[in-house]
Amino acid sequence: MLFTSYSFIGFLAIVILLYWLIPRKARWVFLLAASICFYYQSGKTNLLYILATVVTTYIFTNLIDRNNTKEKEYIKANKESLSKEERKAYKEKQKSKRQKLLVASILINIGMLAVVKYTNFTINNINSVMRFFGSGAHLSFIDIVVPMGISYYIFQTVGYSIDVYRGKSSATKNIFKFALFASFFPQLVQGPISRYDDLAPQLYESRKFDWKVTSFGLQRILWGFFKKLVVADRLLTAVQTIISKNDVYSGIYVLIGMLFYAIELYCDFTGGIDITIGTAEALGINLKENFIRPYFSKTLKEFWNRWHITMGTWFTDYIFYPLSVSKFMLNLSRSSRQKLGDKIGKRVPVYTATIIVWFTTGIWHGSSWNFIVWGLGNCVVLLISQELEPFYKWFHSKTKVQGTRIWDAFRVCRTLLIVSTLRLLDCYRNVPLTFRMFASIFKNSGEITAKNWGALGLTNFDYGVIIVAVIIIFVVSLIQRSGSVREKIYKLPYWGKFCIWFGLFLIVLIFGQYGIGFSASQFIYNQF
Amino acid sequence: MKAKTIKTILRLTASIIVVAFVLSFLTLLLKPKFMTGITEGAMIAEFYKEEMCHDVVFVGDCELYENISPITLWENYGISSYIRGSAQQLIWQSYYLMEDTLRYETPQVFVFNVLSMKYAEPQKETYNRMTIDGMRWSMSKVNSIKASMTEDEHFIDYVFPILRFHSRWSELTNEDLEYLFTKDKVAHNGYYMRVDTLPVTSIPEARPLADYALSTNCWDYLNKMLSLCRKNNIELVLVKAPSLFPIWYDEWEQQIEAYASKNNLKYYNLLEDSDIIGINWSTDTYDGGLHLNLSGATKNSIYLGKLLQEECGVSDHRGDPYYESIWSSKIDFYYASIEEQKIKYGITDSKDDE
Repeated sequence: MLFTSYSFIGFLAIVILLYWLIPRKARWVFLLAASICFYYQSGKTNLLYILATVVTTYIFTNLIDRNNTKEKEYIKANKESLSKEERKAYKEKQKSKRQKLLVASILINIGMLAVVKYTNFTINNINSVMRFFGSGAHLSFIDIVVPMGISYYIFQTVGYSIDVYRGKSSATKNIFKFALFASFFPQLVQGPISRYDDLAPQLYESRKFDWKVTSFGLQRILWGFFKKLVVADRLLTAVQTIISKNDVYSGIYVLIGMLFYAIELYCDFTGGIDITIGTAEALGINLKENFIRPYFSKTLKEFWNRWHITMGTWFTDYIFYPLSVSKFMLNLSRSSRQKLGDKIGKRVPVYTATIIVWFTTGIWHGSSWNFIVWGLGNCVVLLISQELEPFYKWFHSKTKVQGTRIWDAFRVCRTLLIVSTLRLLDCYRNVPLTFRMFASIFKNSGEITAKNWGALGLTNFDYGVIIVAVIIIFVVSLIQRSGSVREKIYKLPYWGKFCIWFGLFLIVLIFGQYGIGFSASQFIYNQF
Repeated sequence: MKAKTIKTILRLTASIIVVAFVLSFLTLLLKPKFMTGITEGAMIAEFYKEEMCHDVVFVGDCELYENISPITLWENYGISSYIRGSAQQLIWQSYYLMEDTLRYETPQVFVFNVLSMKYAEPQKETYNRMTIDGMRWSMSKVNSIKASMTEDEHFIDYVFPILRFHSRWSELTNEDLEYLFTKDKVAHNGYYMRVDTLPVTSIPEARPLADYALSTNCWDYLNKMLSLCRKNNIELVLVKAPSLFPIWYDEWEQQIEAYASKNNLKYYNLLEDSDIIGINWSTDTYDGGLHLNLSGATKNSIYLGKLLQEECGVSDHRGDPYYESIWSSKIDFYYASIEEQKIKYGITDSKDDE
């Protein structure tokens, strides 16, 4: 069920209406049923995957929790009879048991994710290696469909398992409540990746209907539709043409494609998240923000703190930090300091952990080498920036550019250019081709002709709509810096509010790319 | 508190009115008008402006609305008739148009052109819209939509046409403003007139088919037509219009003949009778044999009118002041259109006489 389909709009209207009408205590059960319905629509077999995740995570987290309780009770009961060493040994033993349970839970779920997402990628690589060595053997690809949103719900439940292991969260005893946390339908499509402590209490809590909150949710959904249908789906044809006909559209067109894709991806992904967060908000549930005006970032590091935030923090909390404090890393740190000296040696474990995180980020985005190179490309730029930090400081101290608007604008444009250049790997999905297309920018190729420009599939009217819409989004982003735009609109007189929201509705209705002849496209981040 | 509630209710009511008004206006603006160019899209809706006194109502596709002239039927036989036809009108659409017609009048005869028996499945969304959008809302329209929708279509697009036609915002022309609230008459009791000529030069060869059996779905609707007519004491007449293409296979002809014979229906294959009708494929078609022009449609109507009067007993209303008053204005419009088209296609009377 696509977010931009009539069926989703109808489904949403029924869910919101019934949710506020039924008794408060039954609301979480209703949300679970709605989530199952929503997921069932995307394919019956998909339900089996999410069911497996729910059941295994529920069992293992409860075993971990029980072990924790058992440990506490045992220590309490034998407080006086156990020596300090015996207590420590007992705790170590129990911790090791919990660790094994956690590893089993993670292996099952990440294993499932790996099988559905990376089996064919692995087969492809094995075949390439065999070809390289002149072997005639060839493994066949398997026919497997990646279930919708599998990365999101597995990451969410793995995060929960780790939180239970760390004692940050206690394991829920009600499997149905846990199932709702794992399958809450708005975030199944493209995140955000929620944390148990943030989301679960809100899902089970009984709330009073608040028209302001629900209407804010609906407004956010409308804003998401505006970005997705008016801008992203309008630019889609041009972006696809530039990418697919790369023999015609090289040179300057690659730059144009970078700009178009930057706008398309932003409007597609943030539009989808607006619909997600708006849907939850209409039900009185607050999801974590996933974007904070990312294109206003002055550095790549800042960009990643503002773009797909929940994914970034997930990787930091559940991969980077555990990895940094792991025994392996501590040993590596020690030996590298001894061999390479403090200055270089202390960087080795940080670099290693960073590279692993970005490799994982890359492969999470897609099971192909272009995504891995993209992830590592981001990593390289980030590490170089980090290393150049003293130089920047020196430069800023020698010049008076820091803090000026022109310098800030330059940095924002530079960051966007770096992000867009790296995204070429996402566009062309082929590493050598991406480098060739990037190189073509510096050659005198891809002349803009009326024929080529016209063949991008956009009319002058379309360009007009895109320019106006981008200006609207830009202005809204500027206003957002001083607080919620919806709050500001809420304070306007009734007819002012009415004109703004009805006007936006009409813009989506008239200028949206939907219906016969358009077939609103899948959200780009659905596939993860 | 009370004043606040009243204020809220008033605001809400005013908002609903504004929303309804703006959306209605935009729907009117964005819907295609079909006043110039492809005028077939406006024909189905024209029926509702009629004085409901038709003895014969034709239902079917372009083979009817381009090949039969109700004005000729009136002038020569005093037959009051109307064609409820549209481009590639499928059999279920014809059936629901029959049902729809019965909401307004009960003709003596329904004439159905059998070519659409060849289409077992919904075909093109564009044609669906041209047939269905013009219908007034009723269960017949609802059922027609349900039966006609292609895979990509949604029922809601018919309920709110703005969802379908919103993308026309960049194609709006003066025609959309000119015909925003009123429409001109484009057809002559459902007849789409063409006075120009394009002789038949070749006919595409008939491709052998894997299966010549007409589909069960189509037979079901033909049975429904028959039941509907019998229930309302209306005679159902089947015709195959004189068009050389699309090919009408002998195997299909045999099945229709057998059905007509089994159910005691009149079936006129006017294509087979085209020599008797006097159709000259060099002068009587405007598109190389697919459809007849005015000259061909006149000949065809004279032939069919005789059959309807002699074999079906359709009344001659000439001389009846009520009918005369209705048809005189139609005749004026008809001849004015002929003159208009002659100018449009550069046809002089002398050349025409030749």
